[in-house]
Amino acid sequence: MVTALVPQWNVTMADLKGKVDPDWCPGCGDFGVLAAVEKALVELQIPNHNVVTISGIGCSSNFPGFINTYGMHTLHGRALAVATGVKMANHDLTVLVTGGDGDGFGIGGNHFMHTMRRNVDLVYIVMDNQIYGLTTGQTSPTSRVGMKTKSMPFGNIEAPVNPISMALAAGATFIARGFSGEQKHLTGLIKQGIQHKGFSFLDIFSPCVTYNHDNTYQWFRPRVRKLEDDPSYDPADWVAAMEKSLLWGDEIPIGKFFERTDLPALHAAEPVLDAGTLVQSENRVPSDIARSFVEELM
Amino acid sequence: MKQTFAISIGGAAGQGVATPGDIFAKIFSRRGLHVNAYNAYQSIIRGGHTFLTIRTGPEKVTNMGDRIDLLIPLNQDSIDRHLGLLTEGAACVYNADTIKPGAAATGVQLCPLPVSELADITRNKVAQNTLAVGAALSMAGVGFQALEEVLTEQFKKKGDAVVAENVGIARAGYEYASANFKPFPRPLPMTENRYAVMSGNIAMAMGGAAAGVKFYCAYPMSPSTGVLHWMAAHARRAGIMVRQVEDEIGVVNMAIGAAHAGVRSMCATSGGGFALMSEGLGLSAMMETPVVVIDCQRAGPSTGVPTKTEQGDLWQMLGAAFGDYPRVIACPLDIGDSFKIIAEVFNIADRFQCPGIVLSDLLLSEGRLSVDPKDLDFAPRIDRGELITAPEANANGGYKRYKITQSGISPRAIPGVAGYTHTAASDEHDEDGVLISDEFTNPNKRRAMMEKRMRKVAGITAAVPSPELWGPPDADVTLIGWGSTKGVIEEACEILTEQGIPANQLQIRWLVPLHGDAIVNILKDARRTIIVENNYSGQFARYLRSETSFVPDGYIRKYDGEPFMPHHIVDAVKEQLSGNGTLSVPEHEVLV
Repeated sequence: MVTALVPQWNVTMADLKGKVDPDWCPGCGDFGVLAAVEKALVELQIPNHNVVTISGIGCSSNFPGFINTYGMHTLHGRALAVATGVKMANHDLTVLVTGGDGDGFGIGGNHFMHTMRRNVDLVYIVMDNQIYGLTTGQTSPTSRVGMKTKSMPFGNIEAPVNPISMALAAGATFIARGFSGEQKHLTGLIKQGIQHKGFSFLDIFSPCVTYNHDNTYQWFRPRVRKLEDDPSYDPADWVAAMEKSLLWGDEIPIGKFFERTDLPALHAAEPVLDAGTLVQSENRVPSDIARSFVEELM
Repeated sequence: MKQTFAISIGGAAGQGVATPGDIFAKIFSRRGLHVNAYNAYQSIIRGGHTFLTIRTGPEKVTNMGDRIDLLIPLNQDSIDRHLGLLTEGAACVYNADTIKPGAAATGVQLCPLPVSELADITRNKVAQNTLAVGAALSMAGVGFQALEEVLTEQFKKKGDAVVAENVGIARAGYEYASANFKPFPRPLPMTENRYAVMSGNIAMAMGGAAAGVKFYCAYPMSPSTGVLHWMAAHARRAGIMVRQVEDEIGVVNMAIGAAHAGVRSMCATSGGGFALMSEGLGLSAMMETPVVVIDCQRAGPSTGVPTKTEQGDLWQMLGAAFGDYPRVIACPLDIGDSFKIIAEVFNIADRFQCPGIVLSDLLLSEGRLSVDPKDLDFAPRIDRGELITAPEANANGGYKRYKITQSGISPRAIPGVAGYTHTAASDEHDEDGVLISDEFTNPNKRRAMMEKRMRKVAGITAAVPSPELWGPPDADVTLIGWGSTKGVIEEACEILTEQGIPANQLQIRWLVPLHGDAIVNILKDARRTIIVENNYSGQFARYLRSETSFVPDGYIRKYDGEPFMPHHIVDAVKEQLSGNGTLSVPEHEVLV
């Protein structure tokens, strides 16, 4: 965010180190996402006090505790709603929302859809491991058909959601997919998401090394293909993005699927915020306006 | 007995019951008279039956009263339902072309209007309504000019021809009544006072604006939607951001987000929406982020009766969200109080960094009352509590968001302030806000944080005033109520006292914390105590008993969806005083 580029701050990786070390399992994909977010903030030189990292509940939702920004560790599935409130009250803040596939596409599915159509200017980072980890391994909304878990021991019979297609259909204005195993690429996507003025959705393959034995690093590595490597791919083309989003199997695209910059973010479309942020606005209603409110009723 | 005059207008939804109601309310309040309006309606956009009662008088009118002086039925159904309620001295003005009156009581004046002779009904579909308004005002002794003014204001946007047509029709009704109907013996007086007439929802919305609310969000739900409507219409002038959210779960969490970023943030709903907000209230309590939630009660459970009133959400409020946590729950006593209470609850919520709940009901939220503009203070005391909005000069780092203090209150830094980064969490956490899957919270830390938060309860209790007894101190009966029943219990006490049964009233405004000792102290000397409430199980009686072991002598309850009328309480008190039982459930005679 341009407004956050205050010259006197020299943001370093050390500034962003959280009070405690992550409690994720050794080898968890979320480590890579945390590192990429930190690198993106350093490269963009956004001071940590102007960043709010907001999560729901789940392994990946512990994220705000591991990074030194303002943080909110809210309720399961509700991070986007809370984050919308934060952004509306102070749109000068850089708002990052972090969570998992169960949190975002399961219990939080309704907020996911509506926050996208509202084009709230925030970055939504989903660490998608296709499993419920913190509750010790149950089927998630992105678990593949046939996957055996503790909650579906004979194999999942429900079709998984396609987060990229959903985001396209719901009107998200920046949509990308990353892979925790592709650090540099991922950092670039997060930077673009932060710079995008509107809702940025990043679905990130973040393998669960403990409970998901299907979708491992080894499974993803030969399959992921960077969209950026195809010079003919145009992320402004919504139909092309939708076609790409349906690819799954031997070839799985990662990278920026879609971006449009012609729509205002919610806070920019709201005339009440023309004069500045809500948090800096006057508490009192001017007395002449207050009088007019009462006179209407007389 | 104070002088009051009540007009009831009945008809199908879509027939235009509201407009004559608004016209009467405006004319009466501009005459310096108090106004109370209650609309009994159904959840239907066209059809069904709607029955609006407007009661006016030079002294405060706090409820719809017992008596209809003038009935204006707009269709046959309405006259069939309500003509029998009229007693001697009352009148009924109706369209003689379409409505056939049944038998009326002796002394009831039937006033047929020959509508098609007086107006061109092919041009003006609501001519009968306008004629009736004219006739009613003539009979009530109100000069025609007052009506001409209001109609001119109402129709001026549609051009002079429309104004002239409507004024003409109203005048025809006025003159026809002057020539053909007997006027009421006591013309409506005038006073120098001027009142604003508003619903409780408008009062709470304006109260929010006055309290410095900057963010309001909601999902539409009767009977709370009026707050959203006022907020949406006035937001830009008031500098408030208003959002309609996908569901009440989103509402409360969005409100908490805005509050966390440093603004006063409010939302309103009814019982069903409140149920969805329950987990969010716990979040507000655990993160110590203040938010104010308004619950406008309607008859439950489940979808219940969306257009009917009840005081049935008390135990939902008491039980909302799991675990123990500090909060404040207050119920406004009337519509003017609905304005005032918002800033009071915000000051407590902000100071103690906890959720605040305002418990209204359909009767207050959608009812209308005249309020003295002097009672609408748009510069109330605002106490944001210990809020850090800029780096403090002597801060030496080491900020602890959940610092353990004697008061339980920890200074709250808002995002954006350099040097105060921290994580606020729904999990139990330490003073630093560190949580992480229970790993860093051992039994000692958990206990310390529970005690820190719960210490705020003592502070909140001290900040909330004790209730007081109103009316004659030496009374035969003490009526106990909470919230919206204040006005009707007050009038019942007046009637009982006039009839030789001195009665006084204890009305509860602060539900949590409840000043149980003070209440018991007041009630211990009472001769006979009766708890009056609009629900089935005596929710407040059970709450009072659980907090204080106090058991009253009797109960008056109503759970048919309609509010109490004074005589319901008066009759029940007499019944119980004469030894006829200890639980009275009055029957509602006005069938809508």
